[in-house]
Amino acid sequence: MKILIIEDEPEMLENMRLTLEREHYQIETATDYKTASSKLNVYDYSCILLDINLPDGNGLNLLEQIKAQSKPHGVIIVSAKNSLDDRLKGLNLGADDYLPKPFHNAELNARVKAILRRLNFDGQKLINIGNVSISPENREVKIKDQVIDLNRKEYDILMYLITNKNRLVTKSALAEHVWGDHIDQSDSFDFIYSQIKNLRKKIEQATINVEAVYGVGYKLNIN
Amino acid sequence: MKLLNHTTKYLSLLLLPLITIWAIAFYYAMLEEIYDSLDDGLENHKILLTKRANEDPSILNNTDLNKHVYTFKPISENQYRAFKDSYRDTLMYMYNENDFEPVRIFESKLKHDHGFYKVKIITSMIEEDDLISDMFTYLISLYFILLISILLLNNILLKKIWKPFYYSISQLKNFKIEKENKIITKPSSIDEFQLLNDTITKLIKKSSDSYIEQKHFIENASHELQTPLAISINKLELFLEKHRLDEDQTKSLASVLDNLNRLTRLNKSLLLLSKIENKEFLDEENIDFLNLTKKITEDFEDLLNHRNMSIIIDHKSTPSIKMNKDLATILLTNFMKNAIIHGNTNQQINIKLNHNTWSISNTGITEALRKEDLFTRFKKVSYSEKSSGLGLAINIAIASKYDLEVSYNFKNTHVFYIHF
Repeated sequence: MKILIIEDEPEMLENMRLTLEREHYQIETATDYKTASSKLNVYDYSCILLDINLPDGNGLNLLEQIKAQSKPHGVIIVSAKNSLDDRLKGLNLGADDYLPKPFHNAELNARVKAILRRLNFDGQKLINIGNVSISPENREVKIKDQVIDLNRKEYDILMYLITNKNRLVTKSALAEHVWGDHIDQSDSFDFIYSQIKNLRKKIEQATINVEAVYGVGYKLNIN
Repeated sequence: MKLLNHTTKYLSLLLLPLITIWAIAFYYAMLEEIYDSLDDGLENHKILLTKRANEDPSILNNTDLNKHVYTFKPISENQYRAFKDSYRDTLMYMYNENDFEPVRIFESKLKHDHGFYKVKIITSMIEEDDLISDMFTYLISLYFILLISILLLNNILLKKIWKPFYYSISQLKNFKIEKENKIITKPSSIDEFQLLNDTITKLIKKSSDSYIEQKHFIENASHELQTPLAISINKLELFLEKHRLDEDQTKSLASVLDNLNRLTRLNKSLLLLSKIENKEFLDEENIDFLNLTKKITEDFEDLLNHRNMSIIIDHKSTPSIKMNKDLATILLTNFMKNAIIHGNTNQQINIKLNHNTWSISNTGITEALRKEDLFTRFKKVSYSEKSSGLGLAINIAIASKYDLEVSYNFKNTHVFYIHF
C-alpha cells in the first residue's frame, strides 16, 4: 500500500515516514506544493497525509486537486493550526480525517489504519490476530469463534493496541485516544490500569497478551 | 456628587456671608443718606419759618406740636447765646398708624425783633424696623434668585461646555480592552478637553496595540511551538520503540516524554485562550447544563473510580444557556476535573443546579484558596505538578464571553459557582 506524506518540515516528515514504514507501507514524500501536485498527477496512493501549511501554496488546494481526480484516496489533514475553520473546510472538501500536531506516533498509525480499513484497501472486513477476530463494523470481538463482551473503553483499548501491535504505546497516547482530550490534566494515568486489568481477564483465552512496559506504557504481543 | 453641583455647593456657601456683609454696609450707607437729606429738609424748614415770622409774627405763639410741625418757645438772651443746634430722634404718636413712630426733631434758636426763641421742628422719620425687614426679604429673594440662576446656568451652560468631558468618561467607563471597541471622543474647542481627548485616544491606542500584539505573540509562539514539540515527541517515541532499553533508560525517556506532553497541553491551553479571545467559537446553541454535566461525569467515570470518588448531582431545575457547545463542555470539564484532581480521595463531589447557578464543591486542603490569584494565568494555588495553571483562566475567558459570572467560596469545602 502506497502512502504519500506531504510535509514541509523535514524532521516531522522523517518521523512520520519511519513510523509508517514500520507497518510495511510504501512511503513517498513531498516537501512542497509543486512536488506534491506533480506526484499526485502521476501516481495513485491509498492514503495521503497532507500538511495544509506549505511554503509555496495552500494544502487545501491540493485537497481539491485530489478530490477532482476521483480516485479512492484517503486523505488525512495534518496541521499545526488546529483551527476549527481549517478542520471544517478540510472535511467539507472531502478529507477523511484531521490530525492536529503534535500527535503520538501510535495515533498517526491508528488514524492511517482506520482510513485504510474504512476504504477497504486490504480487502478484509475482519481483523484477525492470533486466535482473535474483530469485526470493526459492529465492534464485535471473538476468541476462537466465541464472542466476548467488552465495554466501550475495553474495546477501544484493545483496538488501539492491536492497531499498534508489537509497538510500545505510551500511557498518555492511550489515554488521549480512549478517554479523549479532557483527561489530559489528570495527575496520573493510573486509572488506565484497572481497565487494562479487566481487559486482560477477558482475553485470557486469546493468543495475544497486553504487556506492561516498565510502567511507561503497554505493548500488545502475539504469543 | 457631580462636578457641576460641587461648584454650586461652594458658591452657595460663599454667597451667604457675602450678601450679608453687603446688606449691612448698604443699610448703613442708605440710612446715613436718609438722615442727611432729612436734616437738610429740617434746616430749610427753619429758614422758611424765620421768613414767615417776619410776615406773620403770630406763628411765634405756636407752642403745640400737635397743631403744627413746629413750636416756638421764648428764651433769655443768655440761654440764646449758649444754645447749640441739635438733631435727635424720638417717638411720637401717629394717628394714621395708631402707634408711636420715630420722628426727627431739630432744635434751633431764633431771634425775632428783640425776642429770643427756641424753635423745634419735627418731621416723620424712616421706620427702621420696616426698612430692615423689607431689606431682609429682598436680600433673601436676591440670594435665592442668584442660586437658581447659578444652578440653571450650570446645568444649561456648563453642561454644554462639559459635554465632551462627560462623553469621554462615559466612553472610558464602557471600554474593555479585550472587546477591542474603539473610543470615540467629541472634538472640543476647549484646550483642556482637547488635550484630554487626545491623551485618552493616544493612551487607548497604545494599550490596545500592545494588547493585540501580545495576543498575537502568544498565538504565534504557541503555533510555532507545535511543530518542534511534535518532532521531539515523535522522535522519542520512535527511539523508545527501536532500541532495546533497560528499565532506567526507558523511565527517563518516558519522563522526558511526559514533560513534553505537559508542554503540549500547556501550549494547547494557551492556544485555546487565544482562540476564545479571538472569537473563533461562533456557533451557539442552547446547552442543557444538566445533561452536559451528566455526560462529563460519565467521561470521568474511570478517573472517579480510580480515586474512589463520586459525583452527586442535585438539580432543582434544568438550566439551559445559549453558548458554544465546545466551550460549554470545556467550562464544565475544567471545573469538574479540578474538583476530581484537587479533591481528597474517597470523598464525594457535589454539583448543584438551579435556575441561575451551577455550583461544584469538593473537599481538599483545609484552607481557602487565595481568591485574587485563583483566576489569574499561571498563578498556581495547588500543589499538583500536572496542572497547567490555565484551566480557571480559560473558564474566566469563556464565562466573560457569555456574560456569566464565575466565583469561588470556601466553607469547609471548596465551592466554585457559575452564575447565569
